[in-house]
Amino acid sequence: MSTPHNDVLIFDRKRLLQARKRSAPALADYDFLIRKAQNEIIDRLGDIKRDFPLAAHLGREGAQPFLLDAPSKIENLIKAFPPESASASSQPDIFADEDYLPFADESLDLVLSTLSLHSINDLPGTLIQINRALKPDGLFLAGMFGGETLWELRESLMQAELALKNGASPRVFPFADKQQAGALLQRAGFALPVVDSDILTVTYDDMFKLIHDLRGMGESNIIAARSRTNPGKAFFMEAARYYAERFSDPDGRIRASFEIIYMIGWAPHASQQKPLRPGSAKIRLAEALKTKETAL
Amino acid sequence: MKTGINTPIDSRRKRPYKDIMSTDIDPKLLEILVCPLTKAPLRYDREAQELISDQAKLAYPIRDGIPIMLPDEARPLDKA
Repeated sequence: MSTPHNDVLIFDRKRLLQARKRSAPALADYDFLIRKAQNEIIDRLGDIKRDFPLAAHLGREGAQPFLLDAPSKIENLIKAFPPESASASSQPDIFADEDYLPFADESLDLVLSTLSLHSINDLPGTLIQINRALKPDGLFLAGMFGGETLWELRESLMQAELALKNGASPRVFPFADKQQAGALLQRAGFALPVVDSDILTVTYDDMFKLIHDLRGMGESNIIAARSRTNPGKAFFMEAARYYAERFSDPDGRIRASFEIIYMIGWAPHASQQKPLRPGSAKIRLAEALKTKETAL
Repeated sequence: MKTGINTPIDSRRKRPYKDIMSTDIDPKLLEILVCPLTKAPLRYDREAQELISDQAKLAYPIRDGIPIMLPDEARPLDKA
């Protein structure tokens, strides 16, 4: 049978897992974005008045286990993480890859994911699998990095490469943007999809501190088509110079944007609100608008 | 709430998870797990601590009580 991995690979998952493994021991020092996404998701969950007997958390979590002190209505939480993503404090309940989910159809009430879906190869396929694994009226709630993430770094690296090497190669993730995320949810068959995003600006001493932090988060360059040759010190110095010149605050610290896209979708169920069929209206538009109907 | 299916958080802190599961895997977890490739039900081989997908001809290992639902880590059945 064909698997997502037969198709064009955008991300080198092996390298991702290595990066996550390296980051695991000291993740507590670098997981501020994961923590932020977790807290936002806990908030959003709190707004939904419903009990979730069985939930699955996909991908990864910060150094602090997810939802531990949340006022949540989750009775059982299955943590399904790829190997190596587990930090010392959080063992998963099963090892699973987001590209192939091992959950039976209509078995879960809730699926959560915090900052991991940006790095899977077949996001549409994974969303369809999540939808299938949800019971009717089950909830999917995820935060993932979006298109505005690290645009300053992307531009600085590209400019340095153009200046020094007559060409550019992908060095920063291609992230999905907000519009694409909404379209993906609909395409995967989710009802009542809602997408919104947060842009966080973090300041650093310089570009090298930023890259150090990204490694700490386990988010180094895992693009499969990345250049394998070491671009050399001159390249990084030039990129850092460009970055500092274009994207720094008056105090000399550089800015880095992180966009987190929050996606909410429901597995379809008859009780959900739906648009009426065209032509089924019981009241004239003119009446509803309290205006006079005129012929064209 | 509990993390881990039917595993109260307190009991999980006191003893390692593997002690709870090494003898048996939680039946509730077993109920919802399917082969990640075929989405077909799995057979639980308690002796071998494996979850067997007859359709995909793969055996997914259970290590320290944690099912490893990764096709790359599974044992191909015809080479057994």
